Amino acid sequence: MSKELIKYTLQIADNALVIGHRLSEWCGHGPVLEQDIAITNMALDHLGQARNLYQYAASLFNELAPDEQMQLFASTALQNKVAEGKPIDEDDLAYLRDSWDFYNTMLVEMPNNDWAYTIARSFIYDTYNHLFYTKLLSSADESLAAIAEKSLKEVDYHMRWSSEWVIRLGDGTEESTRRMQATINDLWAYSGELMIMNDTDKWALQHNIGTDLEQIRADWKLRTSAVLNEATLQIPADGWMHTGGKNGRHTEHLGYVLAELQFMQRAYPGMAW
Amino acid sequence: MSQKADSKREWPLWEVFIRSKAGLDHKHAGSLHAADADMAIENARDVYTRRMEGISIWVVESKYIHASDPGDAEILYEPANDKIYRHPTFYNLPDELTHM
Repeated sequence: MSKELIKYTLQIADNALVIGHRLSEWCGHGPVLEQDIAITNMALDHLGQARNLYQYAASLFNELAPDEQMQLFASTALQNKVAEGKPIDEDDLAYLRDSWDFYNTMLVEMPNNDWAYTIARSFIYDTYNHLFYTKLLSSADESLAAIAEKSLKEVDYHMRWSSEWVIRLGDGTEESTRRMQATINDLWAYSGELMIMNDTDKWALQHNIGTDLEQIRADWKLRTSAVLNEATLQIPADGWMHTGGKNGRHTEHLGYVLAELQFMQRAYPGMAW
Repeated sequence: MSQKADSKREWPLWEVFIRSKAGLDHKHAGSLHAADADMAIENARDVYTRRMEGISIWVVESKYIHASDPGDAEILYEPANDKIYRHPTFYNLPDELTHM
């Protein structure tokens, strides 16, 4: 039971960590000072959510028998830690797993490219995330329900912020409309994975821990369509969707994210401020 | 050419006023750039209330603020200098009265 719950928790946590890292890359590079601060605030919101979830996943992990712990992650850095018989913590989960042990969707690892691309990625994710956390409030798992409650106010703001920017750019100048439409078209094929149930999602649904993502898909479609309409943008057709991230198969981009994110802890293990 | 100049044009400046808690006045916190009032309030939230500074935000476009002329300072403010009777300092307050 715990092994599935750990993986389910990590699916949520890894989304938060990776998009938080992506947004943090804007720090000092925002188009204007005010938006630089806004987007780094949000990066920290995501990181805070990731921390809560990693802390919970680490506590579940520490309750497993040593042989189960050994099997859960393929990365040798984490296995070495287990072999030493030490409990793991949130940092170990963030810094010592390799990309095949990460379960985030591929959408959130996409590079920032430009402001429109960053906005479109957040818009797709934030809309999903708000619906998802709202459902997670009634999870049979009290810890996940509590984290959802704490996160929801932040996520509500994220969704409002990214939706407003989609409208601003979509219904803006000729150039901003064209570029916003292009990124929406580009990223659309990565939106589906958020709401396609993998085995872990199905397990969570059966145990009343998770939620039916197919139901979320209908609401997600309604909300995103309303915003895209207001933004005078075309809603892309739902074609083939990329999947794999939630099962540990990622694009090449995640490797670069992890290289930067994990470098210090890999080069100087246990280093602290 | 004109379009290029447009894209370089900065968003208008807004003045931000924050109320730190219920019952207190909105106080001037600073200024920021934003495209419109909605964005100004969101930017103010992100720039000026990150550390729990406020519970309410007012924004007003800076061009609507009219200021007194510093050159008029003598005429405007110095006459109040010798009017000490305008301060309510000649009353004896009961000890029980705090926050005055």
